[in-house]
Amino acid sequence: MQQRSPNGGGGLQSPRSPSSQPPFLSVSVSDPAKMGNGVQAYISYKVTTKTNFPEYQGPEKIVIRRYTDFVWLCDRLFEKYKGIFIPPLPEKNTVEKFRFSAEFIEMRRQALDTFVNRIASHHELQQSEDLRTFLQADEQTMERARSQDTGIFKKKPSDLMQIFRDVQSKVTDVVLGKEKPVEESNPEYEKLKRYIFELEDHLAEAQKHAYRLVKRHRELGQSLGDFGKAVKLLGACEGDALGTAFSELGAKSEMLSVKLQREAHHLLMNFEEPLKDYVRAVESIKGTIAERANAFRQQSELAEMIKLKEIDLNKLRLLRSEKMLDAEHEYEELKADGEEATKRFETIVRLMNEEIVRFQDQKTRDMGQAFHEFAKGQARLANAIADAWRSLIPKLDSLSVS
Amino acid sequence: MMTYDNQRFEEPQFYSSREEMDSLLLHDDFSKSKPSSSTGGDDDHRRRSISTTAPFAEIPTSESGDPLVHLSSFHQNPKSFNSFVDPPSYADAVIRSFESVQSAQISDNDAVSTSEPSVSHYFIRISVTEPRKKHDLANSVVSGGKNYLTYLVTTWTNLPEFNGTEFSVRRRFKEVVMLSDRLSESYRGFFIPTRPDKGVVESQVMQKHEFIEQRMMAMEKYLRKLAAHPVIRNSEDLRMFLQVQGNLPLMRTSNVAAAVDLREVVHQGKGGRDLVRMFKELRQSVTYGWGGTKPPLVEEDKDFLEKKMKLQDFELKLSNVSLQAESLVKAQQDVGETMGQLGLVFVKLNKLETEEAVFISQKTRARDMKNMATSSVKASRLYRELNAQTIKHLDKLHDYLGVMLDVNNAYSYRSKALLTVQTVVSEISILTSRIEKLEAAAFKIFGAERTGIQKIDELKETMRVTEDAKDRAVKEYKRIKETNKTEFERLDKEKREDFFKMLKGFVVNQAGYAEKMASVWETCAKETSGYAQSCS
Repeated sequence: MQQRSPNGGGGLQSPRSPSSQPPFLSVSVSDPAKMGNGVQAYISYKVTTKTNFPEYQGPEKIVIRRYTDFVWLCDRLFEKYKGIFIPPLPEKNTVEKFRFSAEFIEMRRQALDTFVNRIASHHELQQSEDLRTFLQADEQTMERARSQDTGIFKKKPSDLMQIFRDVQSKVTDVVLGKEKPVEESNPEYEKLKRYIFELEDHLAEAQKHAYRLVKRHRELGQSLGDFGKAVKLLGACEGDALGTAFSELGAKSEMLSVKLQREAHHLLMNFEEPLKDYVRAVESIKGTIAERANAFRQQSELAEMIKLKEIDLNKLRLLRSEKMLDAEHEYEELKADGEEATKRFETIVRLMNEEIVRFQDQKTRDMGQAFHEFAKGQARLANAIADAWRSLIPKLDSLSVS
Repeated sequence: MMTYDNQRFEEPQFYSSREEMDSLLLHDDFSKSKPSSSTGGDDDHRRRSISTTAPFAEIPTSESGDPLVHLSSFHQNPKSFNSFVDPPSYADAVIRSFESVQSAQISDNDAVSTSEPSVSHYFIRISVTEPRKKHDLANSVVSGGKNYLTYLVTTWTNLPEFNGTEFSVRRRFKEVVMLSDRLSESYRGFFIPTRPDKGVVESQVMQKHEFIEQRMMAMEKYLRKLAAHPVIRNSEDLRMFLQVQGNLPLMRTSNVAAAVDLREVVHQGKGGRDLVRMFKELRQSVTYGWGGTKPPLVEEDKDFLEKKMKLQDFELKLSNVSLQAESLVKAQQDVGETMGQLGLVFVKLNKLETEEAVFISQKTRARDMKNMATSSVKASRLYRELNAQTIKHLDKLHDYLGVMLDVNNAYSYRSKALLTVQTVVSEISILTSRIEKLEAAAFKIFGAERTGIQKIDELKETMRVTEDAKDRAVKEYKRIKETNKTEFERLDKEKREDFFKMLKGFVVNQAGYAEKMASVWETCAKETSGYAQSCS
């Protein structure tokens, strides 16, 4: 007799009813608020998570985070996911007077939002435990996690051993006279590296000019406004038709000045920031390149050490020395390390290859959008300017004959 | 009444990136347009809002030439930049038709006062060119035997006073100074254009190309202003300056201007008396500031005072506008330059992505970057042209600041004349009282001494002369007052016309270029419309 029970009695537990939606994880960073006073003051952000991932505590969660929390997350991801281009963070701004300017805060918020969203939509990074901590933990847990990992000794014990070994191998190198860094000889990879470095140069220049362009728009707006004011004053003292004409011109100038300031802001948020983001992304890639070089070097060094150890071991075997057992043990350890190092390196290579495709796609989209916004903004501004001045012409005509 | 627009002006100096940009525009149709020299009549000088030769052509410039015309070859990838500049677009056609409408409108406005060939047949055009070094051998009294420069002053005119339609003379700056001094004397009360500064000229400075350029331009501007003044234009001194070959007769220079002026007014009479009076007036003038606007007695003409105050206010506000106009022009220039630099970087990025393309997404991005670059470079050029035009229009502001100076000079002559009148009048009253005293005394003493009567007679004679002087002084003062009045009216009218023209030119200019830029960016936006998203 079969007992039919929905979630099974002693039998198999049927899986939880699959959600009708595909799995999603969506995050938003909003509502910056100034906390604290004086030197200790900082900005906190509301981080809202909406998800149906099983590992998460429920469909929606809101936490409060500050910039250093984001830095922590970024560092953790960088450590754990070598080979993946970790989304870049906005820079830490140390200039006091800009720290709380509305514009700076908005730019930062936007960049942080982009940062978290990119992590959330990356198929590997979104699985990160640190991400879950970041998105869900209460403030005390967060603070604890954060302070654990700050300072010089932020590496885990296993990493410390690795550092020790690295130092050892470096010493060996010096002793053996091998001081040159070992590098891959992969022509495609060389090409990529060159590309990245050249790209960085050009992008930095582009961002510089983009920022300058924002400033220039502001300055033009300012000048036009001042000009308008001065012309209005002239109109007031002149009187009659000419005076009116001056006043009208002055008024239009002031109006356009406002439009210019607005466009400057639009340019900043929708063109200069994406360019800056691009620059940061390239810097992040450079970080990954460094990690790859590290991994490669470790792998080669271990390979060297294994070879040497093998020679050593054979010597000891011949001599039937009591040190032989220890040496064998060390040799086995080294070989395990060697395999691990190789695996780590190969993972990085594989991941990088995937990441680079994603990166190029992403950047084409990002830049395309930035260009579109730029062009739209400029067209909008130009049309506003044209309309304003055109509307003045019939007025001037009628005034000049009155 | 003529307006006079054949202005040479300097294009603002742009630096390195401009050459870079220009090298890109290898196959740009528009840069082939040669800088059109402003020849011929004045009928096209009015259509200044947007340059007349070709949609993207530059305004006629001076010798430095238009860099866009000197195209250096971009040796790396000439082909890929062919498409950077489009053929004339619809927007241009719209601008053109608008221009002709506008110029027709302006013609109507100007018909009354400016010279359109159809209305008034007279024109005069002056240019100053060809500086040449000369060594002064003979007149070492004048120049101390140093080197000096002469300039070629060419005049084209159909005014009957001149014998001929086109002629040139060589003049040095000293002769300009002399002309200016003579005109100042002859046309007291008029708002006479101020001559260019002498500046501190050492022989070394004279060599400097820039200095010579500036001086030449200043001279040309000055002569043209003179020719534009309805009364001064007819001056014999001016005619001689423009037409008579060889050195002009040395005239008294007005370094002792005051004494000379007054002597003309009171040119007869006993030398001693005049000298005393002159010194008295000089002293009084010095007390009140030379050429100052504070006569010892209040100027009774309320109308004049009102006008004067108004003009002073106008001058103040105008100089403020002029200052802001300068920053505006600079800011406009900066935007254009930065836009161009941005475009250049995107060219580099396009190159990188094209050459290193491994993925299709890179090729797409390369194409997008090229669009961006093209549009930015185009926009940058438009800004440059806009700015050149803006400078031209807003230059009117500076011109009028100069006119304010001329007006102030005219005031000084008025005050001097008034001072003379007052001095003479006070002398007369002194004389009168002296005569009365003596007569009274003589009356008492019957059979007075001969000398007493003789003295009275002498005084009466002096009195008569002084009365004559007073009449002349009053006449001169009245004349100046009248002249001032008509000049104020002329100024008002010209000011009105000139400024309306300036405003309209400025506005049409801005609108036209804004429309061109809008079209550039609209095209770019359309090409990237695939990336449009609802929110970032």
